[in-house]
Amino acid sequence: MSEEIKFKIDGKEIIAKNGQTIVEAARENGVYIPTLCNFKGVKPKGSCRICSVKVNNRFMTSCTTPASPGMEVYSNTDEISDLRKSIVELLFVSGNHFCPACEKSGNCELQALAYKYRMMVPRFPYSFKKKGVIATGPKLLKEQDRCILCQRCIKTIKDVEGRRYYAFRNRGNKLEVVMDEAMSKTISDELAKQAMDNCPVGSIIYKEIGFAEPIGTRKYDKKPIGSDIETN
Amino acid sequence: MPKKITIEPVTRVEGHGKVTIQIDDFGNVKDSRLHIVEFRGFERFVQGRPYWEAPVLVQRLCGICPVSHHLAAAKALDVIVGAGTGNGLTAVGEKMRRLMHYGQFFQSHVLHFFHLSSPDFLFGIDGDPALRNIIGVAQENRELAIQGVMMRKYGQEIIYHTAGKKIHGTGAIPGGINKNLSLEEKELLLNGADPLNADKMVEWSVAALDFFKSYHAANKDMVDTFAAYPSNHLSLVREDGALDIYHGVLRAVDNDGKIILNDVDYQDYDKYIEEEVRNWSYMKFPYLKHIGKEKGWYRVGPLSRLNTCDFIPSPLAQKEFELFKAYTNGKPNGMSLHYHWARLIEVLHCAEMIRDLLKDPDLQNDDLVVKGEKLHKGVGVIEAPRGTLFHHYEIDDDDKITLANLIVSTTNNNQPMNTAVNLTAKAFMNGKPEITEPMMNAVEVAIRAYDPCLSCATHALGQMPLEMTIVDGNNNIIDNKIK
Repeated sequence: MSEEIKFKIDGKEIIAKNGQTIVEAARENGVYIPTLCNFKGVKPKGSCRICSVKVNNRFMTSCTTPASPGMEVYSNTDEISDLRKSIVELLFVSGNHFCPACEKSGNCELQALAYKYRMMVPRFPYSFKKKGVIATGPKLLKEQDRCILCQRCIKTIKDVEGRRYYAFRNRGNKLEVVMDEAMSKTISDELAKQAMDNCPVGSIIYKEIGFAEPIGTRKYDKKPIGSDIETN
Repeated sequence: MPKKITIEPVTRVEGHGKVTIQIDDFGNVKDSRLHIVEFRGFERFVQGRPYWEAPVLVQRLCGICPVSHHLAAAKALDVIVGAGTGNGLTAVGEKMRRLMHYGQFFQSHVLHFFHLSSPDFLFGIDGDPALRNIIGVAQENRELAIQGVMMRKYGQEIIYHTAGKKIHGTGAIPGGINKNLSLEEKELLLNGADPLNADKMVEWSVAALDFFKSYHAANKDMVDTFAAYPSNHLSLVREDGALDIYHGVLRAVDNDGKIILNDVDYQDYDKYIEEEVRNWSYMKFPYLKHIGKEKGWYRVGPLSRLNTCDFIPSPLAQKEFELFKAYTNGKPNGMSLHYHWARLIEVLHCAEMIRDLLKDPDLQNDDLVVKGEKLHKGVGVIEAPRGTLFHHYEIDDDDKITLANLIVSTTNNNQPMNTAVNLTAKAFMNGKPEITEPMMNAVEVAIRAYDPCLSCATHALGQMPLEMTIVDGNNNIIDNKIK
């Protein structure tokens, strides 16, 4: 079997390695497909759906769909953009994403996607859940109203023995990600900062450094999300 | 027949309020009230938030002088993070904040004088309402309107380069500042293309002051008697008695100039100041505790600052201050329309301070933040353009805010504005057979002199008009005007 396969995204020829997912191949070929739950070091699970593309006239999550030879993939169409926008809107209305006072503003992937898909007023009603802030640890706080349950913290923030700092608690619409209280007291500075960086929204915040990075100098203030991948 | 006049909304002020005036059977004004009809509740919903969000969150109270709230909150949090007050910050930390504040003061005062109040001076209180606005000013006196617009723009540019945004920036953080001023930014603000440079702003500030002084000279009786009344005055002053809008101690003087609050540390403000609630307004009524509700109320803002301070630490403004003080033989000035005079002296002071501060090499330092031992309570007080602004926060062991108390500049001026409304209504309406638009505008002019920010004062969001109602002795509404 050949090591390389060829397929198309929006008419552009993509050369992929055998076994790569659509989103991985797209990234290597300079095509940006948005992701949130998909993250380096995390097994793809297709839960957030933001990477949805159309393959053979069916919606598929590109982070879980392997590329196959001759595949015709559509990503940058009006229909798919609106679908992604609606997913962003759903994430906004299911929490309380008040960007103006959020430390993550400018570095937030969800906010950057809202700008990319030109979200104005969400088409869905706000749920106005009030889950509150867990701030008992010395270095990190968890803003539950901003968590999108992507699991990136659960899967990537571990101690040297591989124990996880974050885990799910409760079920159904009460599901939330919480930090182990005992472990939160011993987390290193470096890992705590990594936890904040890995969070795609403003749910994990490194305490007491609020707004030390000026507006206008933050990641997505300079370039829109995906511009580091897109080549045309 | 007794009647009640309502002016709603009061125009060319920041915020939404209304005035009711009760007129008795003989056509005389019996009573009047300025009602503040907005409600917001920032003090409540900031509870439970991490403390470092406060300077960014609470400044959303206002789009006119958010920098004041931003800095007052940051000053309170300086205490909480152990950086102390006043000299506790690094040189660049304090000077960048001061520059931001002078820029803010400059643009806010300019907005008030040129955009909101100059139409009254240019066209008269009884001028055509269709002309009595900034567009009318532009048609009548193009040069004046351009100066107003460009001076405001300059102030906004200062804010942009210190806070990161022209409105609702993030520059001040607990214990300092998040950026210094680059040499390029310094050059742009100090020597920018005409007219946006520091020297031109000083020149135009002098011209604005001259414009008011000419108006004063030509309308002396009206300016000196309009809503003039005795009162106490309160403000921050620098420890040596100088005017200082960023930091100092609390001083209050009575109508004779006697010091009634003697340079106290504002961390203890709640020992000296109490707020009274009245059932007809969302705005509280502060007063000095040791004097009591009846006689302890005070004025704040430009007039009060010039009444409490001993001198102004910038040469051109000091010269004007001396003229201002000489006008009342050194005694406190109680004339409401002299707020405009005092405000323009402060505009000149800010222009001078901006020009001098921009030349200070400390602004390019890199030691932006200091922190020390954390405390659970902090109070930040600053002179906002409209007067003394108090922010008080308390936090728990998890760094979440448990208490927030804000006494906003306009709140301090609540009783004074009510007094000014009452005096003006009596002066213009007593015994008159018909209540005319110019009479109602006169009431608005009295309120406008205080440059109230009604949205800040009730901590409100949304449209900001003001309403005026006239009622009879039985509380029946006779006339109602919404502007």
